Amino acid sequence: MKFEIPQKEYMYPGHVACPGCGGAYSMRMALKALGERTIIVIPACCWSIIDGPFPLHACKPPVFHTAFETAAIAASGIKAGLDIQGKTDITVMSWAGDGGTLDIGIQALSGAAERNDDFIYVCYDNEAYMNTGIQRSSATPWGAWTTTTPAETPKSEPKKNITEIMIAHRIPYAATTTLAYPDDMIRKFKKAKSIKGTKFIHIFAPCPTGWKMAPDLMVKICRLAVDSNVFPLYECEYGIHYTINHIPKKPIPVEEYLKPQGRFSHLTKAMIEHIQKSVNFEWELLKQRAGVS
Amino acid sequence: MKKVITGNHAVSYGAQLARSQVIAAYPITPQTQIVELLSEFCASGKLNAKFIKVESEHSAMSACIAAAATGARTFTATSSQGLALMHEMLHWAAGARLPVVLANVNRAMGPGWSVWTDQNDSLSQRDLGWLQFYCESNQEVMDTVIQAFKIGEKVLLPVMVILDAFVLSHTSEPVDIPDQELVDRFLPLPPVNLPYKLDVEDPHAFGALTSPDHYYEIRFKIQKAQDEAVQVAKEVDEEFKNILGRGYGIVEPYRCDDAKLILVTSGTITGTARIVVDSERVKGRKVGLLKIRMFRPTPIKELREILPRAQKVVVIDRNISFGHSGVFCQEIKSALYGLPVQPTIFGFIIGIGGRDVTAQDIEEIVDYASKTEKPDSIILWRGVRL
Ligand SMILES: Cc1ncc(C[n+]2csc(CCOP(=O)(O)OP(=O)(O)O)c2C)c(N)n1
Ligand SMILES: [Mg+2]
Repeated sequence: MKFEIPQKEYMYPGHVACPGCGGAYSMRMALKALGERTIIVIPACCWSIIDGPFPLHACKPPVFHTAFETAAIAASGIKAGLDIQGKTDITVMSWAGDGGTLDIGIQALSGAAERNDDFIYVCYDNEAYMNTGIQRSSATPWGAWTTTTPAETPKSEPKKNITEIMIAHRIPYAATTTLAYPDDMIRKFKKAKSIKGTKFIHIFAPCPTGWKMAPDLMVKICRLAVDSNVFPLYECEYGIHYTINHIPKKPIPVEEYLKPQGRFSHLTKAMIEHIQKSVNFEWELLKQRAGVS
Repeated sequence: MKKVITGNHAVSYGAQLARSQVIAAYPITPQTQIVELLSEFCASGKLNAKFIKVESEHSAMSACIAAAATGARTFTATSSQGLALMHEMLHWAAGARLPVVLANVNRAMGPGWSVWTDQNDSLSQRDLGWLQFYCESNQEVMDTVIQAFKIGEKVLLPVMVILDAFVLSHTSEPVDIPDQELVDRFLPLPPVNLPYKLDVEDPHAFGALTSPDHYYEIRFKIQKAQDEAVQVAKEVDEEFKNILGRGYGIVEPYRCDDAKLILVTSGTITGTARIVVDSERVKGRKVGLLKIRMFRPTPIKELREILPRAQKVVVIDRNISFGHSGVFCQEIKSALYGLPVQPTIFGFIIGIGGRDVTAQDIEEIVDYASKTEKPDSIILWRGVRL
């Protein structure tokens, strides 16, 4: 099947992301799907910098910067403000990091999801607090190095499963996606735009700086994450109807995914085995939920 | 239409008559009746607003800010712990120059848990760029909520309307609820006319990273807007008086012209002090009263004009800035600094955590100050039981 990425750009050169930033490229794709009748909400995260310091602004749609824990509620407020003025055709999208989503912002996000407020919430997940210099978040995977989980005592807790938490809110749409599959990403954003209520999109967004890897490996790492089942592509409607969008014929070993990343360079064979086991375990659970054998 | 209503319901009527468009609020004693009645107004169609039933006060303020950025007229109400939880976003509202209106029921902060009145919750938020109005009666509460929208929308700053827990919030008084048509003549219909707003036809970025090259001037302009608000508040109060027949001024001097001693109060202590002024006058003591209604911006010019008429100024603070003294007292001393004639200033602290403040308390305060040449300490504690 042939798939064309829309030519029109809504994110311009001149943004200040690091080379190979998964979060920056993902925004470019998302906006291609959503178009310019969109308002973007950005809490404290790398993207508070990436869009550009005042008076610069790299995205075509309006950007509303807000406090760290308020990405979801700011979207609710904007939507309410527009609706009461009769401007009902505008897509409001929150664009938050993993820290802003899984940690400090989870209360407001859960509140908005419970009310089923009408907006798209995106978590671009680079698996740590990157803006402040690579500290662990609850999205940091087990075994990873960060500046607050040094290699001698790497992260000892597994990654929090935010997509399942959002699915448990029975919101109309929750999905995972990543840049190695731009067709998947664009389709999911278009689908989210067409649905009323709270939509959650979890983007696997590598940070070459924080993951200690070559910037030109960014897309490749996304593909390895999916093909090793570390980050499966799936979607779920109304908290019940699961679809796995990509089932690797023969999953590659997690070691291939971990190897190019300096943040995992201290891992022993036993630790890699542990990661492989938990990835397999989670994959089986997901397949059960999706009714795939 | 005259109705006997509580201070809390006076707030709700004010927000309704002002045609609030987005309301986001979270319940807390003693504010709850404000949001309950507003929910009823929204449900019955008496008010055409979006009411976001948020999961916290932090979110209530965040939602109001975001909605205000689209040009919607926004309102919230809270108290004490809720106001403190909003703190980060209270900065944001002022920094973003958005005219959100907030009613705060003055309640003491925990621990220990207290639901009773004092001013430490709102005074802890005085330096953020918000305008603050302290109210004496339920009528004034309702009228000030309506005025707050007009003032805030003119100077582009958020406004806090403050009422005492229980003494106003839960006490019923006759309140004249004006016809919608009169309020519409006073207050422009929403949306709010902002110079820049969230608009896909005219896209901008709001609140981005701001270097030292720009940030300083943005703060300078907040102070300029605060300065401007003094005159704007007076004019808006005049317009209100012309259309609705009531006005309050930003301060209210009572029998100050020939006074030898002036009491300075805010909130409901004013009503009690007014009675004491009359009884002291009967006794032959020349006592006056200055009610401070607008505290941010501080009405410095009025304080400097009125207070030096007396030899003694007695400031009554239902709050304490720990490590210093009562907040109103500090600010009055600072406002009078440098005048050639300086009244002697007595700073009393009283009624913290909702302890009753009676006419007898105020009489004794007046008596002490009349007979004492100079206060022997920066704080004069009233009624501490150890
Ligand atoms: C209340 C508050 N606490 C802390 C911060 C500091 N802070 C800014 S961004 C950030 C980390 C953001 O991490 P994440 O959400 O994962 O986004 P990323 O920077 O990784 O893109 C932190 C801790 C803040 N801005 N506000
Ligand atoms: Mg992150």
